[in-house]
Amino acid sequence: MSEKEILNQVQEIFHDQLDDESIILTTDTTANDVDDWDSLTHIMLVVATEKHFKIKFTSQEILSWKNVGEMINCILEKKHS
Amino acid sequence: MIINKFKELKKNLKKDSTKFPVIKVALLGDNATQFLAIAIQGIAIERGYRIELFEADYNQVERQFLDPTSELYNFNADYIIISQSTHKLLSKYNKEVPERQIYISSERLEFIKLMCNSIQSKLIYFNYPEIEDNVFGSYANNVESSFTYQIRKLNYELMNLAQQYPNLFICDIAGLQNKFGRDKMFNSSVYVTTEMVVSIDSIPYVASRVMDIICAAQGKFKKCLILDLDNTMWGGVIGDDGLENIQIGHHLGIGKAFTELQQWAKKLKNRGVILAVCSKNNEDTAKEPFEKHPEMILKLNDISVFVANWENKADNIRHIQSVLNIGFDSMVFLDDNPFERNIVRENVPEVTVPELPEDPSEYLEYLYGLNLFETVSYSEADAERTKQYQVEAQRVTLKKSFTNEAEFLKSMNMVSEVKAFEKFNLPRISQLTQRSNQFNLRTVRYTEAEVEKISNSTNFKGFSFTLSDKFGDNGLISVVILEKQNTETLFINTWLMSCRVLKRGMENFTLNTIVKYALENGFKEIIGEYIQTPKNKMVENHYQQLGFLPLNTDGKNLYYLSINDYVSKDCYIIKNK
Repeated sequence: MSEKEILNQVQEIFHDQLDDESIILTTDTTANDVDDWDSLTHIMLVVATEKHFKIKFTSQEILSWKNVGEMINCILEKKHS
Repeated sequence: MIINKFKELKKNLKKDSTKFPVIKVALLGDNATQFLAIAIQGIAIERGYRIELFEADYNQVERQFLDPTSELYNFNADYIIISQSTHKLLSKYNKEVPERQIYISSERLEFIKLMCNSIQSKLIYFNYPEIEDNVFGSYANNVESSFTYQIRKLNYELMNLAQQYPNLFICDIAGLQNKFGRDKMFNSSVYVTTEMVVSIDSIPYVASRVMDIICAAQGKFKKCLILDLDNTMWGGVIGDDGLENIQIGHHLGIGKAFTELQQWAKKLKNRGVILAVCSKNNEDTAKEPFEKHPEMILKLNDISVFVANWENKADNIRHIQSVLNIGFDSMVFLDDNPFERNIVRENVPEVTVPELPEDPSEYLEYLYGLNLFETVSYSEADAERTKQYQVEAQRVTLKKSFTNEAEFLKSMNMVSEVKAFEKFNLPRISQLTQRSNQFNLRTVRYTEAEVEKISNSTNFKGFSFTLSDKFGDNGLISVVILEKQNTETLFINTWLMSCRVLKRGMENFTLNTIVKYALENGFKEIIGEYIQTPKNKMVENHYQQLGFLPLNTDGKNLYYLSINDYVSKDCYIIKNK
């Protein structure tokens, strides 16, 4: 799976969880750029992403991402390891 | 029926709920409760309520209760939900020296008592899902200071506390964890990053259990279980397989699954849930196992209404409803056949129709998980209910043989016992205020504690009425609470009656009793009020029919009766001395 494919799927997860089809994600997107992305919805997104990709993030990872790109790298690593 | 995912519950909050009745709920926790708050509000909307929520800031349980000027007291909640987590208790325990660890549960219990004593609202308190720290392994059972010992003791003592404090309701989160398992109920990384002690997938179930209690306390709960027979109550088809070959009991096929399901239904019946049968069969064929099969747990006298014919089940359920005179929304229908389930769902959508699993061996665990029969009271009178409904069926038959209503009523030899509120009838009185929806003029719900307060107040006078006749005793069936507005005016705060005793002249007897009390205590007039609800249209004209005159008031349906020229109403009920 490529970075682009993962980004698209993560974007769909955001649409679904935040109930907002207008969100457009890039690897540079941060929580400040998305209206409803706060510390609580963050956890909804994390759990939904884990389920979708059938992976498990560590607590350190969940707290460490500074933007969507870092999150996607993390998914890539787990899918390819 | 199916519990929606958190995301869906969140969407519910955008729906229009302005027409729903409002319930004021406060939510306090020592853990992150924001998701729970959303889920509770979302489920409330599915059940026809709008929640006005006060969510205390994080970890404010003690402060809100100990400070008499806190937001909690100002908010004046109908229900206060308290989520004190096992994790927080564990971290408190971990900080104690070993000699003090044996007091962890009793200290917590003292605080819960304090909460119960300091507020009138109903408290919904989460019990404690166990965390096994395995410091002692299984030997923790032998060690009073082990966390396992302390947490189990706490959950046990909470049950005792709930019996002492009528305003305390335990929400059995520990039971939910037993059902799901800890690994589903709890998500370590979510906990570490957010202070949430329940996983997102489990939160809707916790919220649902909370709303089960609130709905039951609001008078919305299940009163009747309607059972299909073939392949639901026994394996096989009685009409085809015959009495010897249906599967029930421990000898044949998967009979054990059906035996245990029948045992569950029997326990519900003993608790006061009415059982009815709705089966596509000839009546004689359908009744044969109940009469002759030695392994049947349910007998004919467990069933209040038995309907077996070839009509469609939606019509048959309407018939059962008309005999029992309870709301469709208080009925549950069990049927193995998806076609029948859908017919009922489409035609009588208020009836709850569980989507039974295909394999009958899974019926029971599935039904356990739905928690369909939440209640907020239990009294011994509940167990008598089946008999009363069966007797009612006999009365209906007798009534048909009389052409004259008065002759029929006279022939019933009715006797009523009128009593003030006293200790032993408080539970039943409180329960009636919670159960009665149709013949209920103002639909004010009272807890046992509130009824007790009324019984001790000089501003109120309560009456309870029983009714027995030649067929049997209906038990306590009517409650009146009179409120002294001033030296001349008596206000009927509550007048409710069980629908089992409609059309017996009980209303006349009750009014005679009220007027007699008013005259003896120097009152000049009685005011009654009708507050409309979706269910009490039956008594819309109650006061006019009894000779009250409408009062001109804006918005309120008030009625007035001058009692000096009151003429006692006819009735054929004798007062028991």
